[in-house]
Amino acid sequence: MTHTSVVDDVAVIAKRWNNTRGSLIMALHDLQSRHGYVPRESAMKLAKYMDVPLARIYEVLTFYNYFKLKPPGKHVVSVCMGTACYLKGAPGIYHDITKHLGIKSGETTPNGEFHLQIVRCIGCCGLAPVVTINEQLLAKMNPHDAVEHICQIKEGAEK
Amino acid sequence: MPRFTAQELDAHRAKVTQLLDKPSIKVGMSTCGVAAGAVLAFDTLVEEAKSKSANILISRTGCAGMCSMEPLVEVCIPGQPAAMYGNVDAELARRIINEHVLSSQPIVERLVPSIEALAVAYDKSDTPTPPGASGPRQYRIVLRNCGVIDPESIDEYIAREGYQALQKALSGMTSEQIIEELKVSGLRGRGGAGFPTWHKWQLTRDAQGDEHYIICNGDEGDPGAYMDRSVLEGDPHSIIEGMIIGGYVIGARQGVFYIRAEYPLAVQRIEKAIRQARAAGLLGKNILGTEFSFDLEIRLGAGAFVCGEETALIASVEGKRGTPRPRPPFPSVKGLWNMPTMINNVETLANIAPILVRGGKWFGSIGIGKSTGTKVFAVTGKIKNSGLVEIPMGTTLREVVNGICGGIASGRRVKAVQTGGPSGGLIPEQHLDTPVSYEHLQALGSIMGSGGMIVMDDTDSVVELSRFYLGFCVDESCGKCAPCRIGGTQILRTLNRIADLKGTERDIATVRRIAHAMQKASLCGLGQTAPNPILSALRYFEPEFMERIAAAKTARKEPGIARK
Ligand SMILES: Cc1cc2nc3c(=O)[nH]c(=O)nc-3n(C[C@H](O)[C@H](O)[C@H](O)COP(=O)(O)O)c2cc1C
Ligand code: FES
Repeated sequence: MTHTSVVDDVAVIAKRWNNTRGSLIMALHDLQSRHGYVPRESAMKLAKYMDVPLARIYEVLTFYNYFKLKPPGKHVVSVCMGTACYLKGAPGIYHDITKHLGIKSGETTPNGEFHLQIVRCIGCCGLAPVVTINEQLLAKMNPHDAVEHICQIKEGAEK
Repeated sequence: MPRFTAQELDAHRAKVTQLLDKPSIKVGMSTCGVAAGAVLAFDTLVEEAKSKSANILISRTGCAGMCSMEPLVEVCIPGQPAAMYGNVDAELARRIINEHVLSSQPIVERLVPSIEALAVAYDKSDTPTPPGASGPRQYRIVLRNCGVIDPESIDEYIAREGYQALQKALSGMTSEQIIEELKVSGLRGRGGAGFPTWHKWQLTRDAQGDEHYIICNGDEGDPGAYMDRSVLEGDPHSIIEGMIIGGYVIGARQGVFYIRAEYPLAVQRIEKAIRQARAAGLLGKNILGTEFSFDLEIRLGAGAFVCGEETALIASVEGKRGTPRPRPPFPSVKGLWNMPTMINNVETLANIAPILVRGGKWFGSIGIGKSTGTKVFAVTGKIKNSGLVEIPMGTTLREVVNGICGGIASGRRVKAVQTGGPSGGLIPEQHLDTPVSYEHLQALGSIMGSGGMIVMDDTDSVVELSRFYLGFCVDESCGKCAPCRIGGTQILRTLNRIADLKGTERDIATVRRIAHAMQKASLCGLGQTAPNPILSALRYFEPEFMERIAAAKTARKEPGIARK
């Protein structure tokens, strides 16, 4: 079931972008927004449908930080480490979250629940320091509250 | 919506202008507003208004600039001064409907300064408040509609002089005349380098090629700055209008919006605005019934700072790794698909329409020396009123930091202001009386940059900030050229040694030497400017580095004592 849906997705995406010159990155964005990452089998299909060598797709995927090659885990926790957030205490927030979750930036907890990443400025510097959990943006954070938010999600999952 | 001719657009404008006079409540719904809880404020206002049958329009708007007070809600009742509320939660939202709207009793203790009180709008006055005179210190050209109109309504944009410049350009201005107007205006690129915009337009127009392209650089890579995001989200049509005019001047049929993927709301707003403009005949075939055809597409960045550099950006638009290439040839001669390509920053493009409507002379009369017009800054860090400000060039840094933004939040002393992000430098407190201009900031060893302004107080460490910026550039170096790849790593290593109390006096000289080599030998602007923050830190704050080195010396002599 998942397998066929992967195939269909890629065909649709390839069709959407095939006639636009230089649109490989856009197609990869579409793939990632559908799966949360770019699965290898999808990349292989895309190479076929868009007639680009797989090596070129991976050349692009590995260059850009935005693309993920592995499933990121259920909840993505992003700590902004832009200048404004950095000056207002982001390192302390990051430190406490790594201690709490036991993982570093770029890693996923063994149970697949949380993925932690450092991001560079999400454009809300006026509300620094900021953390996002999935789509939710947490403004004017501090280490304690950030960990608290993560705990709430954990408890929600246990119920 | 029908596809307009120029005359029909005039008639439509006359009709929609009346819409603006209705009583309304505007909720700031840009990314920062939403993050701070604007959706709850909006929903509560709508619900309360409905249940109390209050006859008032509740609409969304962009970023008003006072980001630290979000969510912001403005009550606009014709004939009364606008009233702005800050930090609006559900309770305050209900009170606004019941007390302010229904009983005409503003909740005075919760009011914050309105946009009107903070900034002079260019359509209200041809000149900013003169220095020394009392009145708002800001002057809004670029941010003219941000926090004022609903960014998702093309009608509200049209009502406020929107697409009037395009009409003027297409109905009788030649590309020479438009370029001349820009030349008189003195407008320079707002993406950092400050290259005269008219000249770039002329070079691209004159270059030979089967196609010409215009690209809007919405990559906004400086971490800690968000001016461009606010304009993309708050007034998308202003940039689109600038691009169409640019396309007309250089003879392009196609334009590209390059926007960071980290700005999903900006992408949505631009997408919607493009659809609206097409439907209204402002994009696509035979724009405004003329012979001119032009269309826009969006390309997303993917988290690489170097893609803000124009040759890397072009590689990225072509679907490749975003690595820069040597210039010349400049993109104006050989750019996208090897065709003449004009790359302009978001803020630069947002200035085009007002210049054509009001005249280059008007724009050129604002500012100081060769820096004309205004500049938008995102003032952040230890500042009390963190947010977006738009000031006439020539305003002093002290005015921005202490006057407009209220000084340091905790009441401590300003230590320095950083402009230009990872390519810029520090301006210490004693130089805060410097006027903002390309030349003045450069003379101090910093740059105008794209508009990030980070305020540091006396508890912030210059050593740590230098390490932070350098670490950023090392992470973001594309690795193509050795000076940037190796030089950056070497400086960072040396800096780490100093910061971790393991440095020696020789290290400072080493840092300076590598920094100069990187500036000269790097392939692109990233490597050429990456040493700026550390060099300016050493210029003004060398003693702070020396302190760490002295501490390291003591630690080596008496290992037990210095380890505190
Ligand atoms: C490393 C690097 C990053 C840059 N990032 C940006 C950016 O995020 N936005 C931008 O408009 N210009 C950026 N620039 C400058 C662009 O290369 C280019 O000069 C600019 O977009 C031209 O537009 P303007 O003439 O309107 O300023 C960057 C340059 C370098 C070297
Ligand atoms: S620095 Fe964190 S949002 Fe900009």
